[in-house]
Amino acid sequence: MSATPNRTPNKVIEVKDLVTHYGTRQILKGISLDIYEGEIMVIMGGSGSGKSTLLNHLLGLLKPSSGTVSILGQDINKLSAVEMTKLRTRMGVAFQGGALFSSMTVGENILLPLREHTELDHSTMAIMARLKMEVVKLADFENLMPSELSGGMIKRAALARAIVMDPRLLFCDEPSAGLDPVVSAAIDELIITLRDAMGMTIVVVTHELESAFRIADRICVLDRGDILMVDTVEAVRSTSNERIQNLLNRRLEEATLDPDDYMRRLTIGI
Amino acid sequence: MPARHLRIVEKTGRATIAGIAEIGYGAFLLGESLFWLVMGKSRRQPVRFGAVVAEAMEFGVRAIPIVAILSGTVGAMLAIQGIHTLKTFGAESRVTFGVALSVVREFAPLITGIVVAGRSGSALAARLGTMRINQEIDALHVMGIDPVRFLVAPALLAMLAVLPLLTLLADFVALTGAGMYICMDLGMDFPAYWERVIESLKVDDLGHGLGKSVIFAVLVTLVGVVNGSLVQGGAEGVGKATTRSVVHAISAIVVTDMLFAFVLTR
Repeated sequence: MSATPNRTPNKVIEVKDLVTHYGTRQILKGISLDIYEGEIMVIMGGSGSGKSTLLNHLLGLLKPSSGTVSILGQDINKLSAVEMTKLRTRMGVAFQGGALFSSMTVGENILLPLREHTELDHSTMAIMARLKMEVVKLADFENLMPSELSGGMIKRAALARAIVMDPRLLFCDEPSAGLDPVVSAAIDELIITLRDAMGMTIVVVTHELESAFRIADRICVLDRGDILMVDTVEAVRSTSNERIQNLLNRRLEEATLDPDDYMRRLTIGI
Repeated sequence: MPARHLRIVEKTGRATIAGIAEIGYGAFLLGESLFWLVMGKSRRQPVRFGAVVAEAMEFGVRAIPIVAILSGTVGAMLAIQGIHTLKTFGAESRVTFGVALSVVREFAPLITGIVVAGRSGSALAARLGTMRINQEIDALHVMGIDPVRFLVAPALLAMLAVLPLLTLLADFVALTGAGMYICMDLGMDFPAYWERVIESLKVDDLGHGLGKSVIFAVLVTLVGVVNGSLVQGGAEGVGKATTRSVVHAISAIVVTDMLFAFVLTR
């Protein structure tokens, strides 16, 4: 594995033999992944590869069928509710659609984690929130409602809310999906700035290749619930793995046909 | 047994299990909300007073006009029907007694419950359903903010505070509506009418109506929250959950009302 310049040797996230099912369908097939302090790890894969499911496990929103997920040295599925809340104040998450609370202004959205988890006075909290709004270049928009923002602004506001508690770990779900190339590049720059200026470890889930190559220190390529490769951008680009090359070159993979399974699908329930 | 019949049995079984699971989830949410109301402060995650006030404004204050209009109308309707029926026995002067008891024990809590279920139970389901679809509930989880503490407990507390108050208002307005018709039709004066109303009522009757309104408050909130938080299938799912929440809440209110009357009047 090639060395990456930004990370330290400390593991911030450790996933071991993670298996998960939706009903009887296996989604993640025993994956293991280490993410180091200070790096931007991009989890990449096509639709249905299991990348969103993996993210939900890292966020503690899903319980695994087997395997462990440790964050900042703690197995998150063994933590009590109080310990989990404490851990979550050290993590920030920017969701794909922003997940801003539609009944609150942008400023109130960004203030919310501070209001709920700190006992600072209002003016200190307001200054902290404005600082983060400056970072994401959203100053002067604090009194707008989320419905009044453009797609790129919503993503930036979500980032500001995710970093308002100065987390050690930042998760971004499809940060540039659905944005035009210029706005998308600006979001990518912002993510790199957050790593460099604040020393955050950042996990980005995306299917946008260009964005992944621009920001990643390392890339984890997921396909059908398996990790195909975890390595630097150059190594992933130059790999001879056919499935990865298909993904990178947007080639459709030929579906393998199992005649028995095909017949079963056609006749089920009839 | 033919496959079609088996499928009906399977569907019925699945629906029954889903129904029981929903009731269980409602009970869990009630327990969790009470936990946060009592223990929130010691866990440094209190239920915010501001959120309770905001919900109370929405559920209670904004419902005053419609509750007043409907209860006033029902009061007058009871008086009209009462006089019409009692005339057969020449006992129309007893109408005050009948109206007072029916309004305070039955109609005021029932009408208020149904109006609030239609206004706020559905709004709760729509709000939580939309929040779930937009990942706002997930966002609360990952921010370390318990959604039950942040969203359900304030709504429950607000509903418990405003529904009995709205029921008291409905009592007063319905009795006023009835009184206006009775005084006009029977030539009674208004202070004498109120005196008779007060004579006819016992504290128990008022307690009966208000007790029911407390149960309705729990039912409306939990039905709305359960339906909202189990939304699946995008905007259409939110619409279905909203409709389902109104139908379930009104059904639950009417059935509970009957059971309450059955148990307490025997």
